[in-house]
Amino acid sequence: MFRKIENPKDLVTIVVDGRELEVDATASVAAALLGAGMATVRRSVVTDQPRGPYCLMGICFECLVTIDGVQNRQACMVPVRDGMTISSQRGARTTQGGGR
Amino acid sequence: MRTLPDQEIVVVGGGLVGAAVAWGLARKGLAPLVLDGEDLSHRASRANFALVWVQGKGVGAPHYARWTIAAARRWPSFAADLLETSGIDVGLRQRGGFTFALAGSEMAMWTEEVGCVAEALGEDAPDHAVLDHAETARMVPAIGRDVVGAIYSPLDGDVNSLRLFRALHVGMLNLGAAYRPHSDVTEIVPKAGGFLLTGAWGEVLAGRVVLAAGNGNTRLAPMVGLSAPTLQSKGQILVTEKCAPFFPYTSTTLRQTDEGGVMIGDSQEADTSSIATDQDISSVLASRAVRTFPQLAAVNVLRSWSGFRVKTPDGLPIYECSSTHPGACLVMCHSGVTLAPNHAELVADAIVSRDTTLAGGLFPGGRFHVPQD
Ligand SMILES: Cc1cc2nc3c(=O)[nH]c(=O)nc-3n(C[C@H](O)[C@H](O)[C@H](O)COP(=O)(O)OP(=O)(O)OC[C@H]3O[C@@H](n4cnc5c(N)ncnc54)[C@H](O)[C@@H]3O)c2cc1C
Ligand code: FES
Repeated sequence: MFRKIENPKDLVTIVVDGRELEVDATASVAAALLGAGMATVRRSVVTDQPRGPYCLMGICFECLVTIDGVQNRQACMVPVRDGMTISSQRGARTTQGGGR
Repeated sequence: MRTLPDQEIVVVGGGLVGAAVAWGLARKGLAPLVLDGEDLSHRASRANFALVWVQGKGVGAPHYARWTIAAARRWPSFAADLLETSGIDVGLRQRGGFTFALAGSEMAMWTEEVGCVAEALGEDAPDHAVLDHAETARMVPAIGRDVVGAIYSPLDGDVNSLRLFRALHVGMLNLGAAYRPHSDVTEIVPKAGGFLLTGAWGEVLAGRVVLAAGNGNTRLAPMVGLSAPTLQSKGQILVTEKCAPFFPYTSTTLRQTDEGGVMIGDSQEADTSSIATDQDISSVLASRAVRTFPQLAAVNVLRSWSGFRVKTPDGLPIYECSSTHPGACLVMCHSGVTLAPNHAELVADAIVSRDTTLAGGLFPGGRFHVPQD
């Protein structure tokens, strides 16, 4: 769906739902996921519909993923980091554990 | 030529109260016209905490306790009627409500309040239980150590308030009511055959008029020989991201909506006319919530908002038909969610049958009159 317009200078490795990906070190998590062809990052809490990054500027809260164990982080607002673990979400966040 | 054709009955105000009355009038075969204000006018109906709440209400006013209990008991069949007339499920849950105490003094105050109501009502008193920490934790294991106890009453519950608002509007239109926004009524002039209602939008002649304009009633009521004094009371609410269910009951300060978001509320400010939310108040609300349910510390707050209550000086409703201007009635209250079934059924039915005594005549606006020398 998305095509890179330039070759990244530096790459980092992130783990998305157990799969290792080499991504642009300057990307946001959302851009990295979209670049890897992952348009659906979660299912909506109320209707279980597929959801993915939309506004890419922190407004819509559509891009929520679990990053390094913390649930409901906005993928578009978090830069990638080497070794980062990301998981897609299904259902509502739990209130036990995984907090900040 | 008048802007609108003459009307048999006009309801001024399309918040929860006006919409409930119009829904009820339309269900009994009238075709009320609802004149409402602007999109951005202050509406308690869009700001509230959505409780169907009985516990502790009516201290020193057993008639108000009885009126509230009657509404809570009517809610299940009312919710079914709303679904039938609007297709909208308002998400009524009456699984019981808690008032969590975070200090011994709070526990003592609330115990006394429910005790007073129970004593005044005798046999008719709604069930309640005064629980210590361990008893509360047995019902709600997620509570924090700071919770010293709670009052629990099984009749309390909540709805999805915005869906209630929508259901009343869709339902009243389906039943034959008409709705006209951007129609602030600035003047009501008694005329032969009714009342001439005017505003910047135009004018309409109404055979009868129901004032249900929330805080707007204060200005309108004297035009038809009624009075609707109010106090300023602002409430603020926080809402978190949606969470997996952890609290199946409801409470005065915290509830988890049917869709998972946690509403945390609601403050009481008497000395401000600014609608802006206040950070200091938000932090008090949030800190109480986290002491009550420590696991909320990890949860993000997404929004906060505030709204002005429709609060009379004694906090009780006003239901009254004008004796000097027959055909004009006033309906206003501080708990428009809880009392919606009473407004839609009892109050509306009385208006339909031209009964000039609303709600047994127990809530007249004249009670606030101070004799002048
Ligand atoms: C923070 C907060 C929490 C609350 N929590 C609860 C709760 O948990 N449970 C509960 O039962 N209740 C609760 N309430 C109270 C409840 O929301 C109100 O009782 C109810 O919404 C009042 O409805 P209303 O239609 O009278 O007023 P409003 O919603 O204020 O509506 C008044 C309407 O009249 C219109 N209007 C005003 N003047 C004119 C005019 N001159 N001409 C034409 N139209 C006019 C306005 O545009 C508006 O649409 C809460 C309120 C607040 C603020
Ligand atoms: S894409 Fe809209 S908030 Fe992240």
